[in-house]
Amino acid sequence: MAKLPAPQELIASRPPFPGEHWLALKPEFSPGSFCYPAKPDTMERLHMPNPHEWDPAADDWGLPENWEKTLCDAFAERLEKHRSLKLFMDICVRCGACADKCHFFLGTNDPKNMPVLRAELLRSLYRRDHTMLGKLLGKTAGARGWDKSVVKELFYYAYQCTECRRCSLFCPYGIDTAEITMIVRELLHEVGLGTHWIMDPVKNCSFTGNHLGIQPHSFVEIVEMLADDCETVTGIRPKTPFNKKNAEILFITPSGDVFADPGIYTFMGYLLLFHQLDLDYTLSTYASEGGNFGSFTSFNMAKKLNAKMYAEAERLNAKWILGGECGHMWRVINQYMDTYNGPTPANMIPPTSPVTGTVFSNAASTKMVHIAEFTADLIYHNKLKLDPSRNDHIVTTFHDSCNPSRGMGLLDEPRYVLKAVCNNFVEMPENTIREQTFCCGAGSGLNTEEIMELRMRAGMPRGNALRHVQQKFGVNHMACVCAIDRATLPPLANYWAPGVTVSGLHELVANALVMTGEQKRTMDLRQEDLPGVEEDETDAQEGGE
Amino acid sequence: MLLSLLLVLLIGAVAWAGSAAGFAPLFGVALPYLATAVFICGMIWRMVYWAKSPVPFRIPTTGGQEQSLAFIRQAKIDCPSTRAGVFARMVLEILLFRSLFRNTQADVRAHLPASNGPGTIYYSSKWLWCFALMFHYCFLLVFLRHFRFFAEPVPAWITCLETLDGIMQIGAPRFFMTGAILLVALLFLLGRRLFNQRLRCISLANDYFPLWLLIGIVGTGICLRYFDKTEIAMVKVFIMSITHFSPVSTQGIAPLFFVHVTLVCTLLLYSPFSKLTHMAGVFFSPTRNLANNSRQKRHINPWNPPKQYFTYAEYENEYRDAMAEAGLPLEKAPDKAAE
Repeated sequence: MAKLPAPQELIASRPPFPGEHWLALKPEFSPGSFCYPAKPDTMERLHMPNPHEWDPAADDWGLPENWEKTLCDAFAERLEKHRSLKLFMDICVRCGACADKCHFFLGTNDPKNMPVLRAELLRSLYRRDHTMLGKLLGKTAGARGWDKSVVKELFYYAYQCTECRRCSLFCPYGIDTAEITMIVRELLHEVGLGTHWIMDPVKNCSFTGNHLGIQPHSFVEIVEMLADDCETVTGIRPKTPFNKKNAEILFITPSGDVFADPGIYTFMGYLLLFHQLDLDYTLSTYASEGGNFGSFTSFNMAKKLNAKMYAEAERLNAKWILGGECGHMWRVINQYMDTYNGPTPANMIPPTSPVTGTVFSNAASTKMVHIAEFTADLIYHNKLKLDPSRNDHIVTTFHDSCNPSRGMGLLDEPRYVLKAVCNNFVEMPENTIREQTFCCGAGSGLNTEEIMELRMRAGMPRGNALRHVQQKFGVNHMACVCAIDRATLPPLANYWAPGVTVSGLHELVANALVMTGEQKRTMDLRQEDLPGVEEDETDAQEGGE
Repeated sequence: MLLSLLLVLLIGAVAWAGSAAGFAPLFGVALPYLATAVFICGMIWRMVYWAKSPVPFRIPTTGGQEQSLAFIRQAKIDCPSTRAGVFARMVLEILLFRSLFRNTQADVRAHLPASNGPGTIYYSSKWLWCFALMFHYCFLLVFLRHFRFFAEPVPAWITCLETLDGIMQIGAPRFFMTGAILLVALLFLLGRRLFNQRLRCISLANDYFPLWLLIGIVGTGICLRYFDKTEIAMVKVFIMSITHFSPVSTQGIAPLFFVHVTLVCTLLLYSPFSKLTHMAGVFFSPTRNLANNSRQKRHINPWNPPKQYFTYAEYENEYRDAMAEAGLPLEKAPDKAAE
């Protein structure tokens, strides 16, 4: 990976906005501007069309012989399947309100990263084949034909969009670029173009159950290790139920929380919370992935990966599913899951908290509850003994992940929990939070190393907002409810606001959680000493009794 | 930009020359009938075209807090979970341009004192919202005012509208504010396409053409009222005859009137095939017109493909031994599975 320029240089090095019309501009495939292509054997195993070796920097992308017809037909088919696509192709007035709402545009100043032009790449093709004016007037009416450079352009910009939907919030017609990007990615897959960082996890998820392809026994081992770490910190070794039949609740979270720092601390948080509640739940090694990289590939792939959740709930005879902290996982669960793979198996019932008796009527059909909803309800009913002063050494802010914000509306539940477990909470500026939140810069399968500079550019608005509260209010921590954020925000914070640490919500919950029979807490879940707390032999023993 | 201007000028010139040369019935009678028919059929055709594709997924853009726990306050309009909420959201969107009202302008700075480093400032930017709203409402009012030519006697609500519109009581004929505001708003919308670098980059002939056309319509309309004053009584008789499908002679009506009519007809003819379908399209937008309740009620996708996935049985077959070793419960023990 090339060395990153300093943040100020990065901003200064944004090229000036070009004077030419966009049709005269073509992207340059320089290293760092694209994600590595998917491997042929991965694509073959997933039965994707035209698996082949190719290089985005090369001239020839190895498109199949009938590529143009394949793409035209695939596009026409999707127009018949999605009203949104027809509509979004027809009604954009190019008012430009979306332009500077996109983090990729703000960070790169590349005109085709303005959402309007990202869509216009496809719209120009639509005009030629599907509108009367385009057919009659061609280029004059903004129509153009397919050629290989257009395919390259679509690839370039479909993978410089994180499907965050910020533009769709500001669009007077609600045109959603995420919808367009999803469909462009589907089209590209029809001719065998995909990226390694998405397709490899898709393959792993599909055949082993989680992103890294960790096999069941290793998965169990890792979780056991995390339980050991919980014991080191709290003196209590939480239960780790796996594939247990007839448990009331099936718990599914993104597997990133099992493997990657700092997600593992969030996972430890879940284990401790569930142990304290004596929750009748189980984890599953088969459905061990909440995240859904299929949703960055195609609607059908998303459906395929998501199907395991209900299948496993049925096999294990669970009553409902509790979902961990994750962004796109929750977009899929909230807006797609029931449609894809419902109705739910007969053994499932509308979720009810076994601790408070609250019926989650908003999840009556999917029967899947977000952990932030679950925990907020516990706190509201005073079911948790919390000592927020254990988190006093941090001044935290909260990063709203794009998908729960604009594809679900999960905004106040995590804040309710966060305020209960941390005494020092500061919001970032209002144009960068809640429904107006900015992406971490690397969502939708772009959190790969080879495009790190691009990620830092796209993460600039979030980075700037974080730096602002860091300088102004001494913020040194950012909480989030997304596993991808937990992977992408630490480098972002390091770059834009060094000194800010990143964690999931439930890491902070578990730090503040006073457990029955725990030892005196002298360190947090990261096994870092809590400031101002001295290890005291007698106290530790008393607590242990 | 120039091309669309020239096209509008050409259409105007043809209408002028044609009606002056005795083809006024063509522009004043045949064209309006044709344009109205094309507009109505064309818009219906476009709506049917959209409606023929299903809405496979429930994808509202949530603009606020979801409906969840009793103690958490839902944003009932920006994140609706009921039909009433969706209705309110759509009303705000269509009547007040709710989404455009959110508009901000981002300014990226390499050094911002408050951040002691790089920073981005977000300014509220309501100009587009303001002028867009002015344009659309004045356009509506001007359109409604024109019904004075379509009805005899003139209904009271139109007279009332005219009184309000001319409330400043300037000149004779009375100066109507809406016409002027309409022109100013159009010039603003055109100006930003010409002078804003980003807008210039994204604008197509398809964007300039309707603007020039509307400017032409409003311009000729203003001329007809205040400057090249038309024989208004004759025009009314003529228009009434058209609406009663028994057109009278066009004799004595100035060519400029036919230019005005021709431009309006061009707009009608052009609308169903262009971005101007947004007037109907906005009602169809699935990110706005659906409730965020897909966890509560199942949304059906008519083309939902059959489920195909790596089943647990296949999974266990693949990893049975390792799973047994790790002490995981199994559907079939290794020795049984081997049989």
